[in-house]
Formats: sequence, structure tokens, C-alpha cells
Amino acid sequence: MTLKTIVRGKVSGKVVKSNQPINFLGSVDKKTGEVTDQKHDLFGKKIAGSILVFPNGIGSSVGAYTIYSLKSNNSAPTAMACQKVDLTVASGCALANIPLFILSPDEYENMKDGDEVSLG
Amino acid sequence: MELTKDEEKSLNGEHGEALQTAYRILSATGEATDAEKLVPIHWAHVSGVNYNTIGDAGEEFLATLSKNAKFKVRTTINPMGYDKDSVEKFGLDENFIQKQESIRKSYKKMGALPTFSCIPYELYDMPREGTQVSFAESNAAIYANSIGKLKTNKESAFSALASAITGKSPYSDLRKDDFPTMSIAMKVSDPNELAFGLLGYFAGKVADKSVAISGVKTLDKRCNKSMCASMGTSGSCGKFVLDDNSDASEKVDFDEKELQKVYDELNTTDSGDLITLGSPQLGLEEMNDLALMLKGRAFKKRCLIFCPRSIQEQARSLGYAGQLESAGCELMSDCCTCLTPLVTKKDADSVTTNSIKGAYYLKNSNGLDVNLKSLSDIVRDETS
Repeated sequence: MTLKTIVRGKVSGKVVKSNQPINFLGSVDKKTGEVTDQKHDLFGKKIAGSILVFPNGIGSSVGAYTIYSLKSNNSAPTAMACQKVDLTVASGCALANIPLFILSPDEYENMKDGDEVSLG
Repeated sequence: MELTKDEEKSLNGEHGEALQTAYRILSATGEATDAEKLVPIHWAHVSGVNYNTIGDAGEEFLATLSKNAKFKVRTTINPMGYDKDSVEKFGLDENFIQKQESIRKSYKKMGALPTFSCIPYELYDMPREGTQVSFAESNAAIYANSIGKLKTNKESAFSALASAITGKSPYSDLRKDDFPTMSIAMKVSDPNELAFGLLGYFAGKVADKSVAISGVKTLDKRCNKSMCASMGTSGSCGKFVLDDNSDASEKVDFDEKELQKVYDELNTTDSGDLITLGSPQLGLEEMNDLALMLKGRAFKKRCLIFCPRSIQEQARSLGYAGQLESAGCELMSDCCTCLTPLVTKKDADSVTTNSIKGAYYLKNSNGLDVNLKSLSDIVRDETS
């Protein structure tokens, strides 16, 4: 049902959804998985263990290491699902083996924060 | 994405773990960008060198990878966490120094050039127009595409690393012929590098892969670098073209009101405890320029200047370094304003800088307040 699979995997879990793009380097604590950017709509939330749904990644190329570190610190989302995938999120998820999906506009719209979903 | 038989074998691990890792990364980025094949690249610039940003997981990953990975093409690398010549001045803990040293050694073992610079485009002559390269470090990727007329996507730390190991990158997006779908009209009169930085930050937020800018004839190096760095910080846009006649379907204005909005988002205080210049690091021309601006003047506060080591050495032999030091500047190499562990809450509550990118990360990663000012205003207000 997803538009495209970038990193394969079968997952289910609770959606944490943001309507803002994420700069993993500047906005997410790589140890705890907490969003630290005060201007972000996920500020103060933990993304660990979630199905993280967001439009796309932005900003620093080193954000890929943040995604990899989250996984190593057991603070990573179970999976990520985006509207469009940038190279930082794609490569970070590939190396960390975090399932990554591109959603169709309808699917993205219909997926709400707190929903229980299965992907892959 | 179609792989050749040999690439397929590498992906399946028949040529060792390092190449398998690299091809796994390229397969994912290739799929994500709908690439049909991999193409050779001639220069990789890799980010993810600073222990402050990549942490223990990154350090361990590079130590393992470097056991059997070798870079196939010229590979330059981003700044690390400190200046190796003045590391003892900054009271960094032993663990930081040891982990940073391990990262440095891993890159050296794989064959990286010890540039520790975010401005590779000022260290080497630009290759022929249209050459495929693979630049992580967003300001360098945008500079390479927009000013250097090279071809790169806005690579991630891992995709550029994978390109360094394989000598290849997915053929997609900005590597092909690209036509901006949005045009931004620059309506701010008499813009300096700060205004272009704010424009870049705005453009990064609203534009897609590339953007046309109208109302700007030419840009000097300082303005170019400022715009490349801020555009890379706020978005995923990897290229701009100065074009008054773009046939982009979407048109947007950037006027005084928009400028003020972006400024208010990033500027959090009226005055900084110290000054940092160089994010991106300063090149020789900017060092010369600043030395001239500071003639007969001296900073009243601490002023840190970040530049690549090879440029500091040139500046020293040409006399600019001495002139800057006489004006109270501290020259730092191998590292950068951005994500430096050298400027923290322990040292200061706030920083004055002309860098939008620096402001973003000083605020979000280092937790400091930021006062944004153009270089000429900094010299006017902070020296006597």
C-alpha cells in the first residue's frame, strides 16, 4: 500500500507524526531520541520506538550519522515514512537498517498522530 | 536502479564488507531518487568528521569500516572538532580528544586528504564544467552546483562516503539537466552578505531541488558562501541560478518584510559575548579583505576566525594572519563555527556572527543566543 519502499522491513506500531521537515542533526538528541528544537512541532517528544511520519529530511548531511546513532543507542524509530525521501534520511536508514517508506499523498494525509499502523 | 553484474556482486558481499556497505547505501539513495544507474564521480567531499556530531556510534563505525575500505577517488574531508595546534587551550576532555583522534586516523587510513575544511572549492581548482562529483556538506554541494558548475546532489555524509569508496553515485536529480520550478525575486535594496544569507535560508525553506533568483546581477564570494551555507541549513534545495528570465512556474518575492521575519527567527539577542567568523570557513580572499577592514583597529572582545589550515599557512606567509592577530583575532584551523565543542555555555551565553548557518547551529546544538550582524557592522561596533 505504500508508494515505494526504500529500506525493506515489516513493522507495526504507533505513529508519531510531524507536519514539519526534520533536520536530524540540529533537532534530535542522538542519545535519547528526543526532539530538542523548540521551534519544531515535535519539540519535547521522543521518537524512539515510533513509526515516525514526516514530510522529509532537511539540513545537515551529518544527520545521517544522527539516525545511525539513534539506532545504536536504542532510541531510533521502528520505521520512518515520508512524503519525499532525501539522501540524508535514505542513507541513514539504509545503514541503520530502519525500514523506510515513501507514502502517497492520500496515505500521508490519512495517517494521524497516535494511529496504530502496519507497514511493509 | 539497474546495477551491473559487478556492482550486484559487491552488493551481495562478494567483494567484502566495506563495498557491500557502500553499495547498500547507494542502492537506497538510488531508489529514493529514482536513479536508473550509477555513474562515475571524480571527487568526493565527505562530512561526518567531527566527534561532536557523529558521536561514539560514528567513531566505531568508521574504525570498523577503515579496516578494509579504501577511497577510489580524490576525497577531501570536513572540519573536525578542534584545531590540532591549540587543542590544549580549550579544556576538552581526554575522551573527546581520543575519539576525535581515532576518527582522524580512520579517514587517513581510507586515503582521505587531511583538509578538515568545509570549503573544498577554495582549496582546489574547480574541475571542468559538468564534472560529476559527490559533495556532502551542504554549503559545498550548493557551491559546487551553483558557482562551480559541477554536478552533485546534496549528498549525505554516508552517500558521499559510499561514493568515495566506490567512485560512483546514483544518476538522478541535480546530476541530470535541471530546471528550477521556482523563481525568487530579490527585492531587498543594497543587500550585504547577511541579507543574502537570509535569502538563502528563506529559499531553502520554500524551494524544492533547485531555485532561480532574479534581481541579482552578480555576487561576491562572501555573499555566495553565505547564501550557499544558509540554503543548505534550512532545506533540501541543492542549487541556485541567477536568472531574471526564468520560466519557473512558481514566483515568490523576498522583500524587507520577509527578510525581517527570517532575521527575527534566527537572531535571539542584541549583543554577543564573543565573535565568531567563518561558517563556512574563511578563504584567502576573505582573510585579506578582513585584514584591510581592520587596519588600525582592534577587537574589543574575543574574536575567533575559522579557516582551513592550508589557507592559514598561506595567509601567514602573505602577512594577513599577522595583521588579523594584531587586531585581536584568534585564528583556528581544522574546525569550524558550526557544531564546534569550543564555544559552549561554559565560555559564553551569546555569540555575534554574520553566519546564518553558524547562528542556526550555535542556537540549536550549542544552546547559545546569537546576535546576527553583517561583517561591516561587526567591525564598526566591535572594534575601536
